[in-house]
This record gives sequence, C-alpha cells and structure tokens, in this order.
Amino acid sequence: MVAHRLLLTAVIMAVAAPVVAAESPAPGLVAVYGDVVHTMAGPPIEKGVVVIDGGKVTLVGSALDIPVPPAATVLRGRVVTPGLIDAHSAVGLTGYLNQPQDQDQLDPAEPIQPELRAIDSYNPRERLVEWVRGFGITTIHTGHAPGALVSGQTMVAKTVGDTVDDAVVKPVAMVAVTLGDEARPGDEKKSPGTRSKAVAMLRGELVKTQDYLRKRDAADADKRPDRDLRRETFAEVLRGTIPLLVTANRATDIDAALRIAEEFHLTIVLDSAAEAYLCADRIKAAGVPVILHPSMRRGGQGDTENISFETAAMLRGKGIPIALQSGYEGYVPKTRVALFEAAVAAANGLTTDQALATITSDAAAILGIADRVGALRAGLDGDVAVFDGDPFEYSTHCTAVVIDGRVVSNEPR
Amino acid sequence: MTRPSHPVAAVLLAIAGLALSSAKAAERSVVFTNATVLPVSGPPIAPGTVVVTGGTISAVGPSETTNVPSDADVVDGTGRVIMPGLIDTHSHVGGGWGGDASSPLQADVRILDSINVRDSGFRKARAGGLTTLNIMPGSGHLLSGQTLYAKLRKASTIDDFYIRDAAGRPLGGMKMANGTNSQRDPPFPGTRSKSAALVRQKFLKALDYRRKVDEAKGDAAKVPDRDLEMEGLLDVLDGRTVVHHHCHRADDIMTVLRLREEFGFKVVLHHVSEAWKVADQLAAAKAPCSVIVVDSPGGKIEAMDLSLATGAVLERAGAAVAIHTDDPVTDSRLFLRSAGLAVRAGMSRDKALEALTLAGARMLELDGRTGSLDVGKDADLIVLSGDPLSVHTKVLQTWVEGTKVFDRDDPDDRLFAVGGYGAGRDQRAHACCTDERLSETK
Repeated sequence: MVAHRLLLTAVIMAVAAPVVAAESPAPGLVAVYGDVVHTMAGPPIEKGVVVIDGGKVTLVGSALDIPVPPAATVLRGRVVTPGLIDAHSAVGLTGYLNQPQDQDQLDPAEPIQPELRAIDSYNPRERLVEWVRGFGITTIHTGHAPGALVSGQTMVAKTVGDTVDDAVVKPVAMVAVTLGDEARPGDEKKSPGTRSKAVAMLRGELVKTQDYLRKRDAADADKRPDRDLRRETFAEVLRGTIPLLVTANRATDIDAALRIAEEFHLTIVLDSAAEAYLCADRIKAAGVPVILHPSMRRGGQGDTENISFETAAMLRGKGIPIALQSGYEGYVPKTRVALFEAAVAAANGLTTDQALATITSDAAAILGIADRVGALRAGLDGDVAVFDGDPFEYSTHCTAVVIDGRVVSNEPR
Repeated sequence: MTRPSHPVAAVLLAIAGLALSSAKAAERSVVFTNATVLPVSGPPIAPGTVVVTGGTISAVGPSETTNVPSDADVVDGTGRVIMPGLIDTHSHVGGGWGGDASSPLQADVRILDSINVRDSGFRKARAGGLTTLNIMPGSGHLLSGQTLYAKLRKASTIDDFYIRDAAGRPLGGMKMANGTNSQRDPPFPGTRSKSAALVRQKFLKALDYRRKVDEAKGDAAKVPDRDLEMEGLLDVLDGRTVVHHHCHRADDIMTVLRLREEFGFKVVLHHVSEAWKVADQLAAAKAPCSVIVVDSPGGKIEAMDLSLATGAVLERAGAAVAIHTDDPVTDSRLFLRSAGLAVRAGMSRDKALEALTLAGARMLELDGRTGSLDVGKDADLIVLSGDPLSVHTKVLQTWVEGTKVFDRDDPDDRLFAVGGYGAGRDQRAHACCTDERLSETK
C-alpha cells in the first residue's frame, strides 16, 4: 500500500517534474520510473525504477518493490536506459562552426604526435556537446581525430561541466593511430606516402621507444636520456597502459594493425573497420574489440567504399566485442549522434538489446570505464536517459537526461 | 506504340530495344493486392489494391471492390505498405558537374552532359525507394547550370533516364545559390550584395536580349545571334524553367524572394536552414521550400541555426514543404528517415509523407504524372515492409513506370541496399546491367 501511494505521488509529481528538475541542480535524490528499464546489467525490468542518491545509482528494481522518499525528484518515461556512451567522437575538439578557431582535432604539422593531449583542446561548452547530450549521450570518448598516422591522445568525458576538469572521466584514454589512405598528408612530398611507409614509421617509433626505455633505466644517471613527451607516451603504449586506437578501414590495414599489435604486444582497439567483415576471424582470434564506424557513414570512393549496414550484426555474431560511434565529420552534419547510429544497426541485424549495448555496457567495457558507466546498477554513476518510446524509432523523443544525479536536460528531443 | 501519349516510351524503344522491360510491363498488367495503400493524395486504403497497366496506374481502391484484370501478374502485398515512389528534389548522384571556375553564372551548362548513369549511387537511390530525382549541379556558383529531372529507370545512357517535355526535350530546372558557397575570388562575388548585383545584371542582360528578339519581329537580319546562356536565362524569365535556389540564412532566403519579385521567375527554395525564422513570410509569399534534414546543426556558419523542426514550423505556417537528400550529404537509402526525423520534431505524418512525394512532384511541376497513387499517373511506387516512418522498415521493391527496378530479394540489388564488398564500385553496376540486358535480348 505504501509503495502504491508513493507511486501515485510519483505520478502526480511527474507532471511538474520538468520544473522541479530544472530547479534542482544539486545531486540529490532522483527517482526515474520507466514502463521498461533497460539496466544492461540483467534482463529489462517492466515497470521499473532507478533511484539515484548523491550522484550514484543506489537502487534498481521493480517500482512496486522499491519505496521512494517523497523528497525525490521524479522523472517518468516509457523507456529508461543508462546514460548513452558515444564510443568515439571528436566533439569538443571539433566545433560546430567548422571555422579555424574551433577546429583542434588535427594538427597537420607532423605525422606522429602522440604527446598531444585531448584535455588541452577540449571545450566543454561546445554546442555539439549539448546537442548530443539532448539525445541521451552522457559520456563521450573524444579527442584527436583520424587523419594523421598518430594524431594524438583521446579522453573520456561526461557531456556536462564548465571546465574540462568537471567533465573528464579519463584524461588519457587511447592514442589515435590511422592506417590507410587517410594517413597520407595532403602534401605528397610528406611521409607517409604509402601504406608500407606508414607501418615502417610506426614500427620505427616503437623500436626507438624501446631503446629510450632501455637507456632510461641506465645505472649511470648521466647516460639517461632527457625527458621526451613523445617517448613517454609511446612508453605507456608499449607497457599496455594506454591502448592504441587504430583507425583502419581496408582489410589490408586491419591486418597491418593486428600485425603491429602482435609484434610489440600492444593493447589495441580497432576503429571504423569498414572491411572488418572480410577478416572477422583474425580479429576474433586476436581478441581485439572494434569501435565500428557510424552505421550511416557514407562509403564514397576509397577505403570505405565497401562499407555495410550489416557489419555490426556480423561482428557481434562472431562474438567480437563491438561499440558504435558518431565518428568525426568534416562538414554537414558536423556530428552524428551515436543513438541514431545504433538505431540503424538495430534495423540491420542487431537486436534492440544488442544495439543498446553498443552504446552502453559494451562501449563502457571497451573504453575501460565499466566501473563508472554503461549500466544501471548500484554504485555506478547516476547517468540515465529517458525516452517516450522505443529509443531507436525515428519519431521517439529523448525526454530527460540525468548525469551524476543532476537532471541536465528535460526538453523532449 | 502502346503509349503514344508518352514520347519517352517511343524514344526508349527507338534506342536499340533497350527498354524491353518497359515494353513488357506495358503489355501485361501488374496488380498489387491486399496491402496498406498510402496514395498520399487521399486517406490510407487497407487492404488496398493498385492496378498497373501499360506503365500507368489504372486503378486504386479497396481490395474488396477493385476490379483486376484476370491475366495480370500479382504482387501479394499482405503485410506490406505501398506508397508512391519517392521524389528527391535535390540530388547530386551520378558524379555530374555543372559550371566550371570560369564564371559565377553559367546558364548554358547542362548537368545532363556529365552524368554517369552507371554510378552506384543510382542503384542505392533505387534501394531507398526513390523513383524521380532532380539531379543538380553544385552550389559553388550563383548559377551553376541546368538541372535534370530523371526517372530511375534502368538505363544504359542518359537518354533512358531523363523526363521529356511534349517536344521531347529534357526537363529540368536551373540551379542557383547565394550565401557563402558561391563566394570566392573574382570573377566570383566576394559579398552578398555583390552576389545579388551580379545576378540582377545578368537577368537584365537576358531581358535586353529578349527585347532585341522581340523587336526583330522575325526579321533574320535583325534577330540577334543565338546565345545559349541567354536562352537558358529566358527559360527562367519566361517561366518555362523553375529556379532551384540553394539558401540557408534567413536574409539570403529573403534576398531570393526580392529577386523573384523583381524578375518574376518561379523558384523553389532549397535547404532553408533558417526558414523557421521567416516561416510566415515564406507562407505569405507562397514560396515552396525543400528542406534538408541532417543530424546536427553546424558544419558551416550558415547552418549554425539549422533545426530539425524547420519542416514542422513551415507546415504550421502553411508553407509548402518537400524534403530532399542532397545526396551525398544524406544517403538516398535513408530518405524515409529524413521524414521520420521531421515527424520527431513536430511535423505531421501526412505532411511528412507528402514532403517525400507529392510536394516534391509539385515543386518539379511533375505532379501531373507522379507523386501520388492516382489513376492515370505513372506507376512509380514502392513496396515497404511496414510503416514508412519506422527505422525497422525496409524498401522491398521499387517500381518505375510499371517496371521493377529494385528488389531486395535479388542478391545483387541487396548488395547496394545494405552495402558490402563491391557496393561502392560503379563498374559493378555496369557489368550487372549489361548482363541483364544480354539475357533479356536472348
């Protein structure tokens, strides 16, 4: 009975929820009710509720079993999911105006710059951050874009915050490597001019770093090399503490990435991987996860001309861990939305739950942040997305977004 | 000649029998039965029947009461949705280019002279349910050339593709643009005011040319020499050709209306990122708008205020709204999705479906022959697996003038529908169509 009365209170409060929510910036008590709650930590819960306190999920279960203190801010929706994760973007480094002053995703001066930190360019007030957040994206893996052999570092951030320090979840996530045609600089006199040259350059850097590490451990302090940011970053890569995010679309380039990883015992994540369906068994055998290209990425002519809507389903069928991404866009639209990309994967062979996993739990696992986000489970961050229908349907709206227990959006979008 | 009223059929047959499939379709009726039929021009009919005879729709109605020819081929539409083939008022498929870098206004240039009909993009467009395209040159000029209205028939040359007027000439519009895309070093404009001045001066020159032609009163000695550029511009000024005008910012939109007022040409406004700011003015001016729906604002300064709700705001204001792909900016295979997103942002379902079909047909002045499922119109239709605005719905078949041009069950067609190894290669389309034709002529 008590629970029933509380539920009723919740329904009444829901009418005024947007106002209440907007005036509650502190991470207090929040209860999010859904006709269906996809926890991604177990089967979906019918008529479920997620309780968040102090910014963390405290309770998840049936709305009938869990009493909610009347002081809670209440949100309701047809479908509730964990806050969504965009597994690879450049948003925040690339801005929506697409003018030189808001484009920091790629420094064309040199082909190899692993020392470039994403945190030094990330703009948490970028409008595209707010834009994707409106569609339920609460966490983004963003940073230096594909387009140079080693373009720089990536980071993981929440889509809130006035400073990068407010937003950051992981200041150094991966080091971005591009193999294939996109690694070629515009200037044909500059290297790498061929695929083989690109691989030779990358191997050369890793060999030099091995030498650097040997010298750094020299007993005689005078023989130790000066500090070198580039070597220090590659050293973390060799140690396996920072994975390489290797953008490779042609099967040739995917093979090259796996070959380098094997030679140097690197931890890598494949990115984009348009032709992954041609070499799925090798990827599977190598135990390498794939952050697959946006489902709707255009093929055009070149490395991605053989792109397919069905690759996500094919890789998932093989048992390869996959996540989906918005990717990097150079023109219009300036960003894609990971929710929409997962929707098209759901329409092309993935089940709803599998597609949801590509932008929640599986994405979190691949990014190494599953202890924080990606599921609705006690102890994880209070990040929730609320929808007025199937999240993947074109005409459904994301009606509310909660990050760390704060309602950050309640405008249906 | 089964369709003497249609010069297209005559021409197609004249070209070495390349239109055999059209001819076959003309001989035998095709009946689509027991489907949910969305005519667009009227309410849904369920279960409904569409009868196609000679490439034209000969009956549409409830399955129970619609008479069907006894010897017709039958397509069972149970569980399916049938609607008009989609009309894309703004496409760049086919690799065509219009004007070059020599001048900002090139009304003599025709896109039809540079289109590759074997471009894999056309196969993908059929897979998306598109049947009619306005193939446009780009927006890097104030006037980049003559556009082409094409049907996505299976084609081996451009002549198989385009729609003809009563005299057999290709139909098309005129592509114009303002704002930043067409601004660059001279002789191109460097400002918006310069852009408008160059356009006005050019139209005045065309009016002068027309005056000289009129004053000559047919006297060969006085008639000015033929001038392809002037003829192209007079097609616009005399209302024979519709201007398709790229514009984003609200002030650029109003500039187009100002020039229309001065010179009296017919115009469709394209992209219109900021149309939501001047929706009442657009409705009052009866200016038709063809909207692009993309996943985020920005990418260029002019699109910074782009809104998913543009279609909804224009609809509420009472303006005519179509939606386009601008392929490659959005993928023709996902054209239905654009309408879905427009509905998400507040457009009505009916108007969104109309925006993909009949509204576009009106803007191309082709609504007499396509854009809705009505008796007498071309049998351009698509068979869908379900609700046209659901992400899960697939285009199963695409029919142009009574001929099936895409079938998702055909492995080769399916490759272009979903992608995969070889789907980006135009040569594959070439090999396929040649093989098909050879088998047809055996």
